[in-house]
Amino acid sequence: MSLPPNQPGGQNSETLDTFPKLLLNHAKVRGNKIAMREKDLGIWQSWTWSEVADEVRALACGLAALGFQAGDKLAIVGDNRPRLYWSMAAAQCLGGVPVPLYQDAVAEEMIYVLDNADVRFAIVEDQEQVDKLLEVKEKAPKIEHILFDDPRGLRHYDYPFLKSIDEAQEIGRKYDGDHPGFFDKIALSGSGSDVGIMLYTSGTTGNPKGVVLTNDNVIVTARNGIIREGLTENEEVLAYLPMAWVGDNLFSYAQSYVAGFTINCPESGATVMTDLREIGPTYYFAPPRVYENMLTQVMIRMEDASKIKQKLFHFFMDHAKSTGTRILDGKPVSFMDKLIYKLGNFFVYGPLRDVLGLGRIKLAYTAGEAIGPEIFDFYRSLGINIKQLYGQTEGMVFICVQPDGEVYADTVGTPAIDVEIKIDDNGEVLYRSPGVFHSYYKNPESTAKTKTEDGWVFTGDAGFFAENGHLKIIDRAKDVGKLSNGTMFAPKYIENKLKFFSFVKEVVAFGDKRDYASVFINIDLEAVGNWAERRNMAYSGYTDLANQDSVYDMIQECVEQVNLDLSKDPLLSNSQIKRFLVLHKELDPDDGELTRTRKVRRNFIAERYGPLMDALYSDVAVQHVETQVKFEDGRTGVLTADVKVRNAKTFTPVKAAS
Amino acid sequence: MNERNFGEVILDLKGISLSFGAMRVLNNISFNVKQGEIRSIIGPNGAGKSSMLNVINGVYHPQEGEITFRGEVRKEMKVHEAAGFGIARTFQNIALFKGMSTLDNIMTGRNLKMKSSMLAQAIYWGKAQKEEIEHRKKVEEIIDFLEIQAIRKTPVGRLPYGMQKRVELGRALAAEPEILLLDEPMAGMNVEEKEDMSRFVLDINDEFGTTIVLIEHDMGVVMDISDRVVVLDYGRQLADGTPDVVRSNQDVIDAYLGVSH
Repeated sequence: MSLPPNQPGGQNSETLDTFPKLLLNHAKVRGNKIAMREKDLGIWQSWTWSEVADEVRALACGLAALGFQAGDKLAIVGDNRPRLYWSMAAAQCLGGVPVPLYQDAVAEEMIYVLDNADVRFAIVEDQEQVDKLLEVKEKAPKIEHILFDDPRGLRHYDYPFLKSIDEAQEIGRKYDGDHPGFFDKIALSGSGSDVGIMLYTSGTTGNPKGVVLTNDNVIVTARNGIIREGLTENEEVLAYLPMAWVGDNLFSYAQSYVAGFTINCPESGATVMTDLREIGPTYYFAPPRVYENMLTQVMIRMEDASKIKQKLFHFFMDHAKSTGTRILDGKPVSFMDKLIYKLGNFFVYGPLRDVLGLGRIKLAYTAGEAIGPEIFDFYRSLGINIKQLYGQTEGMVFICVQPDGEVYADTVGTPAIDVEIKIDDNGEVLYRSPGVFHSYYKNPESTAKTKTEDGWVFTGDAGFFAENGHLKIIDRAKDVGKLSNGTMFAPKYIENKLKFFSFVKEVVAFGDKRDYASVFINIDLEAVGNWAERRNMAYSGYTDLANQDSVYDMIQECVEQVNLDLSKDPLLSNSQIKRFLVLHKELDPDDGELTRTRKVRRNFIAERYGPLMDALYSDVAVQHVETQVKFEDGRTGVLTADVKVRNAKTFTPVKAAS
Repeated sequence: MNERNFGEVILDLKGISLSFGAMRVLNNISFNVKQGEIRSIIGPNGAGKSSMLNVINGVYHPQEGEITFRGEVRKEMKVHEAAGFGIARTFQNIALFKGMSTLDNIMTGRNLKMKSSMLAQAIYWGKAQKEEIEHRKKVEEIIDFLEIQAIRKTPVGRLPYGMQKRVELGRALAAEPEILLLDEPMAGMNVEEKEDMSRFVLDINDEFGTTIVLIEHDMGVVMDISDRVVVLDYGRQLADGTPDVVRSNQDVIDAYLGVSH
């Protein structure tokens, strides 16, 4: 494939093998193009590539003046702020390694990572994070310097090691003047095989592991993704997912540096939806729950709309369901259907896309969890090209991507560029790619367990290739268990099926080595709350609502629907849900029940709610339970409730047609 | 935390008594407020706390006593004087314009600072335009400060109670007050909302140097954030001093915990 020079993947791609080189090249080639925007005081502020290069230069020199050496780690903690992204580049300019951390982690969780990564320098967003790091510093004394972005509330903090980014840049500009040539030399001295970044995996069990990725891992993978999807320097991306997550690093940093497109930082975590609409990104990633929330919002608001509007909406949405996806996939559609779709586009689809902030979308990805087929089809029928991908931190995201025109709700697509995939005898998926990580930091045993000598990585996921050549993932390989009668039990599969109902927020399925499958359910407070409101049901909060009989009735219908589905599946028909309960509290990462990326920690939950587990596997109808909960300020309290347990109807397995 | 130093006494109340007919609401109350402190007035229901605030900003005129404000001795405050001299307040029962957005509500707090004529403002012309942009900037800074960006354009009536309280605080702040009177800012809030509000009160005091006079029910909050506390009970003044002094005062303990007779 031949591409024009300075285009993504073009002739300079050989020499532009580090982030500083890419940055300086953009400053030269497209210096006046907007690289970054941030909404501040209600107005979108922007920085061009050459301005970003200047800011990064000042910050890098400032860090150097403070003693930052090649090989040093720079911890970065905070929301998606331009200056935190610049910090990543600044560290990389000096041959250092940025280590972004999850900003909502509490101090104790940070200690391990900061200590394990030998972090000497940290750049954080605001007072909240500074307070945490001051707490951490007592136990992780390796930290020598802390820089912060937002000075609010920090005026009286008098520590010699604490400075604002502004001060550091001030020092840096002076240092730069005193040491001419220093920055240009050091910024261009790196190479592709150097370590580019370290990302800690949240870890469902045990301590988090630092995934060491080289510049090549990140940049080559980012470039392959750009080539496969035909992305250009004109894309707009909203950076709103945690910076510590590999996806954000790829979509809002690496790919922007490779292609030269614009990153937009929202005003605050709470304004993301408004900002999304104002920016109208062309390239977008969101985990399934975001798409799910958007759809729920639309449906709730449609219920309150006038009858005519509702009729119009449902007529055109029904039409879109049958026609929209076919048009998107480039399949033949009759002239009449096309005409009605055009009309619908004018009245419903266009305005709706605009309200959702997806009016300019060329490409939208989702990954991380299974997405409900109805949700998936809803967006695709509107003409939004949403596709699933399958990835891992250890492979710098891309393993499989759904090709245009071959998008199915239940598969994750075909291997990405330069990725090889094989399935081992146990059904576990392995891959080999340019993105395969260097190692786990200071953890050779784990590295050896995950990565073979010749570069194959165990994903830990069980899956198989479907007849159409697409990879299908069932569950975590180690989570797939057996009921005591020997039937296969895939908890995630059951959980996902239930989570496709908008009333259900989280599910925890149990059944391994048990007589039957059973579930804990978290209702979706917003959806069920709205449902209750329309029925004039009074409730005081989550716990009260979750325990109402009519809510149980409704959830029971969902469970039985899932059982009916399961009964048709030859492998899983015997793992239908016999008993269920609605938990009296929402599962929360602060209580350790979910990981920071909101995955359920099944074993932990089973232990924590022991009495409820016992109730699921006995015949009691009501179980009293007391639970320790942690409030956001770190204090703890006790929540007591009488939780009901119900039996669900199961169905005789449907014999597969022979 | 650093040792807190306060400036001069800016508001001094001496022997304040207030009656409505035969009903004596405040009885010989004396205390002062120093520049830059967080001063709390506490007491059980009906102790006269809100009346005290109303005396300070001139809504009620006491029959006895004198008020020294900015070195000037007077018998009573006048409402327009109080506002003009930089005393702003929030209310126990939220008093916002429910149909207007958060942004517009806070903008109304800038009213006294607007110089251009109503006509010029109406047609958004010349100096009025420049002025409005400046006011809007100030309002945006407050929105940023109180972290309410997400509800900037939301009609206030649709917001939950805790958020409305925050908007009301924003409106009071928009007047760039020297003294901020807060009437039960945390009433009816849950623990988390109370913590947020406490943090904002501390931040306002710290960041803008605003003197704060606060009425509050929740003893825990008061003792945590106040520099000095005055305790009222049925119109009488029980105690006055730092939280530690007040906490160990026998009259206060009796009034709050009850005493066997």
